[in-house]
Amino acid sequence: MKQTTHPPDHLSAPVRNGAATVAPPPAPARARRRPTSPQWAAWAFLAPVTLYLALFYAYPLYRNLDLSLRDYTVRSFVQGNAPFTGIENYRTVLDDPTFAPALLHTALFTAVCLVFQYAIGLALAVFFSRHFRLSATLRALFLVPWLLPLIVSASTWSWMLNSDSGVVNAALHALGIAPVNWLTSPSWSLTSVIIANIWIGVPFNLVVLYSGLQSIPASLYEAAALDGAGAWQRFWRITFPLLRPVSAITLLLGLIYTLKVFDIIWIMTKGGPADSSTTFATWSYQLGFGNLLPAFGPGAAVGNLLVVAALVFGLIYLKVQRKQALS
Amino acid sequence: MNRRTGRTWWKTALGLLLTAFMLFPVYWMINVSLTPDRDMRKSPPDLFPTHGTLDGYRTVLHEQLPYLGTSLVIGLGTVVLTIALSAPAGYALAKLRPRGGGILNFVLLAAQMIPGIIMAMGFYAIYLSLGLLQSVPGLIVADSTLAVPFGVLIFTAFMSGIPGELLQAAKTDGAGALRTFWSVVLPMSRNAVVTVSLFAFLWSWSDFVFAGTLVNGGAHEPITLGIYHYIGNNNQEWNAIMATAVVASLPAAVILVLAQRYVAAGVTAGAVKD
Repeated sequence: MKQTTHPPDHLSAPVRNGAATVAPPPAPARARRRPTSPQWAAWAFLAPVTLYLALFYAYPLYRNLDLSLRDYTVRSFVQGNAPFTGIENYRTVLDDPTFAPALLHTALFTAVCLVFQYAIGLALAVFFSRHFRLSATLRALFLVPWLLPLIVSASTWSWMLNSDSGVVNAALHALGIAPVNWLTSPSWSLTSVIIANIWIGVPFNLVVLYSGLQSIPASLYEAAALDGAGAWQRFWRITFPLLRPVSAITLLLGLIYTLKVFDIIWIMTKGGPADSSTTFATWSYQLGFGNLLPAFGPGAAVGNLLVVAALVFGLIYLKVQRKQALS
Repeated sequence: MNRRTGRTWWKTALGLLLTAFMLFPVYWMINVSLTPDRDMRKSPPDLFPTHGTLDGYRTVLHEQLPYLGTSLVIGLGTVVLTIALSAPAGYALAKLRPRGGGILNFVLLAAQMIPGIIMAMGFYAIYLSLGLLQSVPGLIVADSTLAVPFGVLIFTAFMSGIPGELLQAAKTDGAGALRTFWSVVLPMSRNAVVTVSLFAFLWSWSDFVFAGTLVNGGAHEPITLGIYHYIGNNNQEWNAIMATAVVASLPAAVILVLAQRYVAAGVTAGAVKD
């Protein structure tokens, strides 16, 4: 945050230029308290985005809620006269044999991805914060997985994890390990998508945690070193505790992002084989769009459960962030 | 300095090793894109494209150019729409102190947490009744939802740093709010415009969920669907698939090389408070 979005760093040059072209303010104007701009002007600037939010966020969400509360078929979906059935779709979803596995997979996927992304990201952030030759360049290269289109990452991993011709099995073979059916065996598919997703998520953790590390004063480390603290002690006594606010934010944002991961799983396994890598996100899509006979109602119901989960963690995130902003 | 470099060379070596490990999938994508068909199923696979072929890229030129063109149009459209919506909003939230601005800020943050497939389903229902399915403008609007809340956040943070005296001076010179925004605030916010544009373009270029739901099977499909159809057809020409993936990754590569600092800024924006 400190480097680029923080306005003052950037602004110094443009501000000077801007000030040169604008006439210096007359003294009385500056002395007078700045009158608050008329509200209508403020809201005129906000009107487009407000309208946009209503039309393209609130309305789709409302339509989704409506979908989940009616008994839609393909015909009534087009004609728009589906009968209201209340929470029937939610009951269907809860009774579905896929519900328990999907819940378990969503929890596992999210928890395992978060732990590894955070741990690897933190280790790399600490490593890269020791200044050495090329450290800035290499750190930038670490961003690549995060910038690639998800379909590119997912299809590359698919081919790397291919049972017969994949490079991962070839490497295992070289080490004398039997080949693994990464994507086609129900006991490995979830692991495979988790590995790919960790790879994509590490850069985000690295960058955010790295910028958090920059705000820990170097003098603390120097003092600790003088007192004879080793590297390991310095990490657990200084870095980790002082990084806690940034860690909380990183993990919460990661949680919200990971809950809604869809592309990777869908492209690599479609949630299969036999639902072995199905999460709420892929199940919802599977119900709504994955079959010849779409089940829009239950699909929307699963989606709405996901929205509720995301918003609960979102509210926690906002609360934590506000508390940190105040302190 | 020399002594220092001498002591840290092993860190550089370790750093290089870690980076190589992390970027191996990217290398592998390039390697496979150059592998001829007959070597594709070879075991063990060739680690280097010693018998490299450009067949995969030739296929891309023949089959994927329309998809790439569509993605470019959609990306640029998303950028224009995102800037047009989020820059004025950022200005109002940062400088004009609207009543209820806090609520709007909250709504924007909450909006970013809604999973994409839920939005896609809602858009599908709406576009179906409006007849907007399989239309490029429809996809642009949907893709812009990925970037607009982020854009407002960046513009608000950035424009808060513009000194109030400057705006006051413009006002004293007789400039209205619109004039001030257009001739003073916007030119000064060039960095924010660049950051938001980059991410808006990258996100819409990379979008798969909206494309798969809203324009699947249409006359104009983006490159993400081009790749997806390749895989879905049980295509065995993995060199062509990976060549398409390499081409689809080019914007990300260009952005990383030319605008690295904006990227780091975008990743950390909002995540870290100083």
